Amino acid sequence: MIKRSPLVLGNKSLKDVSDDICAPLERFPSKGWVGMFLGAKTLLLFYIVILACVVGIGIGLLGVTHPVFWGTMIVTFVFWIGIGHAGTLISAVLFLFRQKWRTSVARTAEAMTVFAVMTAGLFPLLHTGRPWLDYWLFPYPNQRGPLWVNFRSPLLWDVFAVSTYATVSMVFWYIGLIPDFATIKDRAKNKLRKSIYGALSLGWRGTAKNWSHYEMLYLLLAGLSTPLVLSVHTIVSFDFAVSNLPGWHTTIFPPYFVAGAIFSGFAMVVTLMTLVRIGFPEFKNYVTLDHMEVMNKIIMTTGMLVGYAYASEFFIAWYSGNPYERFAFVNRAFGPYAWSYWIMVSCNVLSPQIFWFKRFRRSIPVMFVVSIFVNIGMWFERFVITVTSLHRDFLPANWGMYQWSWWDTGVLVGSFGMFLTLFLLYLRLFPAISIAEVKPVLHVGYDTEGGHH
Amino acid sequence: MAAQYTKGIAGIFLDEAKILKAANKMRESGSNKFEAISAYPIHGMEEACGIKRSWIPYVTFVAGCVGLAAGLGLTYWTSAVDWAVNIGGKPFFSLPAFIPIMFELTILFAALASVGALFYACKMPRIDPPIIDPDLSCHKFAIFVPHNDSIYDETKLTNMFKELGAVEVKKTEY
Repeated sequence: MIKRSPLVLGNKSLKDVSDDICAPLERFPSKGWVGMFLGAKTLLLFYIVILACVVGIGIGLLGVTHPVFWGTMIVTFVFWIGIGHAGTLISAVLFLFRQKWRTSVARTAEAMTVFAVMTAGLFPLLHTGRPWLDYWLFPYPNQRGPLWVNFRSPLLWDVFAVSTYATVSMVFWYIGLIPDFATIKDRAKNKLRKSIYGALSLGWRGTAKNWSHYEMLYLLLAGLSTPLVLSVHTIVSFDFAVSNLPGWHTTIFPPYFVAGAIFSGFAMVVTLMTLVRIGFPEFKNYVTLDHMEVMNKIIMTTGMLVGYAYASEFFIAWYSGNPYERFAFVNRAFGPYAWSYWIMVSCNVLSPQIFWFKRFRRSIPVMFVVSIFVNIGMWFERFVITVTSLHRDFLPANWGMYQWSWWDTGVLVGSFGMFLTLFLLYLRLFPAISIAEVKPVLHVGYDTEGGHH
Repeated sequence: MAAQYTKGIAGIFLDEAKILKAANKMRESGSNKFEAISAYPIHGMEEACGIKRSWIPYVTFVAGCVGLAAGLGLTYWTSAVDWAVNIGGKPFFSLPAFIPIMFELTILFAALASVGALFYACKMPRIDPPIIDPDLSCHKFAIFVPHNDSIYDETKLTNMFKELGAVEVKKTEY
């Protein structure tokens, strides 16, 4: 029989689990955390200034101009939304498949989802150019007729998809947190802490009847989030695929985007988890090398899926016999933006191949570097799709280049400030591993005497 | 504040197996209002306590149907009835294009209504519920029997809890 390796190392008791997971919340922050937080916060302040200028002076500060009217904001929006998808995949899809290893990474992956969606959500709102009119995106009775929104537009589907996704993933995350907030409240020695976490726990009591309803709800939300997460990136891909532009107008887009989203999201989980393991060494017993190895396998698999999609796009462009379609793809790989295409291919398709070797799958420095490469590669994938398709379309008279300005750089880099600030605060304020979910899987991989297999 | 809580007696256990056994025993002895309290869902506890399958899925289903109908109604009424605008010669009622909206609203309604149902079922949010023992959300387990339970008898229950392996028995409220 194949033995299961333990999901939690170190023969932990129930009390050890609560103590270990609550430790980062209950002690004074370490120098490393403070350093990173100050860095992230500074970046966030810089981001706020950049966005204030982009809103106040105008969207023209960015490089968007004829013929490339979709630039950094849309590219980075798709990038962050994609990052978010791995969180839902881990928390919902792996839950439905009863993958017990997901428990120790699910909370943090889901936090990543929520923060990534928040970061992403700003971009389309700001890209409208007049964000103070963004409420026009929603259908509400108005005095202009009432003139309703155009439900035939994929951009409007996106409004519904992203706002539903943001709502449901926040609710799912919060429901998971409720019992853990109750644990923190009961441990709290200080009155303020007790009342804040008490309020957050909503008076959770943990009776058998409560747990029965709770587990059912958790299953239902997982079941609802699974088609939701697939629909969201499908609809994001419709923003491109429903248009008539060569390079965008392809039926492969929905599965291709979903695979890419999972790929980039898992890479971000690995990036963050390697850092969390360094910052909070007690978590090494919960997020073990086995967990990291499984995620690296998923990165390699999805990396090959996107590689297949790249190849298939080329084949179909040739096979279609459509000269514009053919030109769009030849231009992608060999035109003025060839550098971005080859960065994408080498980061996304080649770099994860190192995970064929077990030694590298289990090496923290190697997986950290590969996950950064994948993040870079996946940003470039969206850049390639958006910019190279727009910059040379049907009429050579319409050709041009994207006028990348340092405001674009500011928007891209600054968005990491927002994401990391939220994430670092989360690590200090919320239990970063689900206490109530880890306790039932403590015994997995141990025999009855408590020894290893 | 305290008056609104139910008085009763609680036995505190340190072991998952013992609380399961105790819950079974309580059910067999005819208690109809006892509560088993734990820091995490225990496998087999629902059978031990005789808890029926949660009714939340029915709420989810109905809310999902309402969401679907709402999505269809919204898109149809705004695009084809209230102010129909000719967009690229597409039909006013372009059903395929409305499916994403209907789908998202189905999910949104179903998810939020299910959460609402959980809040209703668990009587949440609740301000400052009484704490029998702060370690019940960490590593201890408890059986609580309220004073209006059919088998409520302090001395009998105390002995019963002790026999079942309780480390502590206390009069409390919940």
